[in-house]
Amino acid sequence: MLCEIVDRHGGQATSLLQILIDVQMRFRHVPPRIMTALAGMLHLPRTQVEAVVEFYRFLSVTSVGRFDVRFSDSVTDHLLGSRDLAARLCQRLGVKLGETRVDDAVSIHLTSCTGLSDQGPAALVNGHVLTRLDGDRIVQMADFIDQGMDLDTWPKNWFKVEDQVQLAGLLLEGELPLGASLERALTLHPADIFSEIDRSGLRGRGGAGFKTAAKWRFCYEGEEGAVPGDPTIARYVVCNADEGEPGTFKDRVLLSRNAQDVFEGMTVCAKAIGAQHGFIYLRGEYRYLLDSLLRGLKVRRLRGLLGRNILGVEGFDFDIEIHLGAGAYICGEESALIESLEGKPGHPRNRPPYPVTHGYLGQPTVVNNVETFAAAARIMAYGADWFLSVGTPESSGTKILSVSGDCERPGIYEVPFGSPVSDLLRRCGADDPMGVQVGGPSGTFIGPDEFERILGFEDLPTGGSMMVFSQARDVVAIARSFTHFFAHESCGFCTPCRVGTSLLGQLIDKIAEGHGTPHDLIEMTQLAAIVKNTSHCGLGQTAAHPLMQTLERFPERYQERLKTLFFEPGFDLDGALEVSRQMTGREDAHAHLTQSG
Amino acid sequence: MTDLMTHKIRIATTSLAGCFGCHMSFLDIDERFFTLCEHVVFDRSPFTDIKHLGEHVDVGLIEGGLCNAENVSTLREFRDHVKILVAVGACAINGGIPAMRNHIPLKECLEESYLVAVGIDSPQIPNDPELPLLLDRVRPIHEVVKVDYFLPGCPPSAEVFWTFLTDLMAGREPQIPEAQIHFD
Repeated sequence: MLCEIVDRHGGQATSLLQILIDVQMRFRHVPPRIMTALAGMLHLPRTQVEAVVEFYRFLSVTSVGRFDVRFSDSVTDHLLGSRDLAARLCQRLGVKLGETRVDDAVSIHLTSCTGLSDQGPAALVNGHVLTRLDGDRIVQMADFIDQGMDLDTWPKNWFKVEDQVQLAGLLLEGELPLGASLERALTLHPADIFSEIDRSGLRGRGGAGFKTAAKWRFCYEGEEGAVPGDPTIARYVVCNADEGEPGTFKDRVLLSRNAQDVFEGMTVCAKAIGAQHGFIYLRGEYRYLLDSLLRGLKVRRLRGLLGRNILGVEGFDFDIEIHLGAGAYICGEESALIESLEGKPGHPRNRPPYPVTHGYLGQPTVVNNVETFAAAARIMAYGADWFLSVGTPESSGTKILSVSGDCERPGIYEVPFGSPVSDLLRRCGADDPMGVQVGGPSGTFIGPDEFERILGFEDLPTGGSMMVFSQARDVVAIARSFTHFFAHESCGFCTPCRVGTSLLGQLIDKIAEGHGTPHDLIEMTQLAAIVKNTSHCGLGQTAAHPLMQTLERFPERYQERLKTLFFEPGFDLDGALEVSRQMTGREDAHAHLTQSG
Repeated sequence: MTDLMTHKIRIATTSLAGCFGCHMSFLDIDERFFTLCEHVVFDRSPFTDIKHLGEHVDVGLIEGGLCNAENVSTLREFRDHVKILVAVGACAINGGIPAMRNHIPLKECLEESYLVAVGIDSPQIPNDPELPLLLDRVRPIHEVVKVDYFLPGCPPSAEVFWTFLTDLMAGREPQIPEAQIHFD
């Protein structure tokens, strides 16, 4: 059985993660004997296999339940009552959160945002998506699980995922005819493809905004002194579909309704840079899209749009493979993603060298966001001018936004770059907004006097997440939730991030629970600077943003929680003696401590 | 700090959940101790065996973290009486070796030590009021009081103590050179 799984994935060490995901599905955990066997079969040290199992949240050394339920734990799910629903399910099924019931029937966990913020509260059950959960469904679900009812027999509408495209623009309107942009690309020399994309001003849609044409050209040209386009060098095209930024779900929608555009964009890129292999790194939470994506790829192969001699062009060979992630936010960082593609734990690499010269297996690699490839495909088909007709000089085209939180009409909004936030708030029906988290927790939190700021690389860059919070919400609680998210998702590779994000979490807990003093705010600010300035990658460098940005904009919300004391412990000091008191039966004066000196 | 020019600096020291290693390291300043004593006077400290702090103490050096109620009371006495409170060494700063018990529930620790371990005669959990009650977890001192300075190391070297105190005596903000706190 193991041999069969290993063979299916080509028996390479780079497939380790893919193999382990299948093992996990099969055995509901990765048994130690299988780790040993795999190490032997793939010629890897056993510790490396173990490291991978321990790194990814969807892999486990102990068995999960026959029904493995993971509640999405994004702040937008919290607003919809997800934590309460999770607690109720645990209670009905008699299982503790994070544990597996003794009869192995069920395990219930919390997991980072599952990319369904516009139709939450959401959860995954054995990799299948549940949307719009409510109290009634939880009651029924508990019964289904207790009766061991197969997922196929659960109500179909529970698994319904809607696209909710509220506003379509350049990328979401109409349909790009299959192969249209590829046919045009085939008439062009690589240099002309780069210049067309360059002229369109397309910049990476993941948030950082690096010029797409430059990235492609660097990959084509290789290192200094290399022969540009040297056909003996293997190059790779990677589509980053690890959409983990809480509150983002536009890539899910693109992959459900415009997957062919994405494939097409990747193929155009492959043509331009001379790549034969492409990967889509699909986050584990989106596993339910896998079958339809594989069907889409099959269609392209049948139409001669993938495979050998694409569209009859001798020597133009390119194919796309889909790799699954396994629940690690950090793998959205491109060098961590490449590590993960290679079957390793997703630790970000030192940069430089950058993936364009030293990417997958050390070869030149283009890593672009799903939306970037979709845009590139249409630019190739309709021309740079078509794309330039919308947007601003710095940020051409449109941006697909995932809108969630306190608004009437959450969902997907494709807006021209350069639109003010207020415009979007009006469209989505946000009546009484206190603030908007633009670009997810690692982005920018803006308050009401900033709603005229514009979306674009010149002002507010965004990967697409827009979480709206009404005046009724507690800004400290929001920042606290994001801070814990980062502590949870820190890969643990570097100390400032691993330790710093946890300390930030403890400090904000202390303040939020009313034990904070002015000293703690100073401490938090100093610690935030250390974490920001000394962390290895973007996760740690942005982990303190939610705290610092909300502290800057809403200092009074923090100050009103502070004690006027000099200092107070952040935990129940007298409670810390309770075990000792019980075990010794003591109640004398020395058996108690006051909370503040 | 002008009064320090005329008055000797009063220093108090203690070891909470520590091993006295930091104190031993302090004594490693060797003959410089005599120079030090020309400028400072020791208040409560294992060096003097004074049991409680005087009213006005300038510097308090705390070795060790907090493992019981008495540690907390002692720490608070220091915080109430000293101007500058210093966490000295790994245990005061992070909990250190004693905090390794934090991975085991306190109940199990006590049961193993006093009730079930091999060779125990008349098993019972000691409950004399003279004995301090254990906290459920060992804590670094900054979680319970505000700490002004941290001297890292296990233990901090004699040079660190010397630099820190001579800086203070000279009225400078203490600056420990990186070489003195760089351990790998």
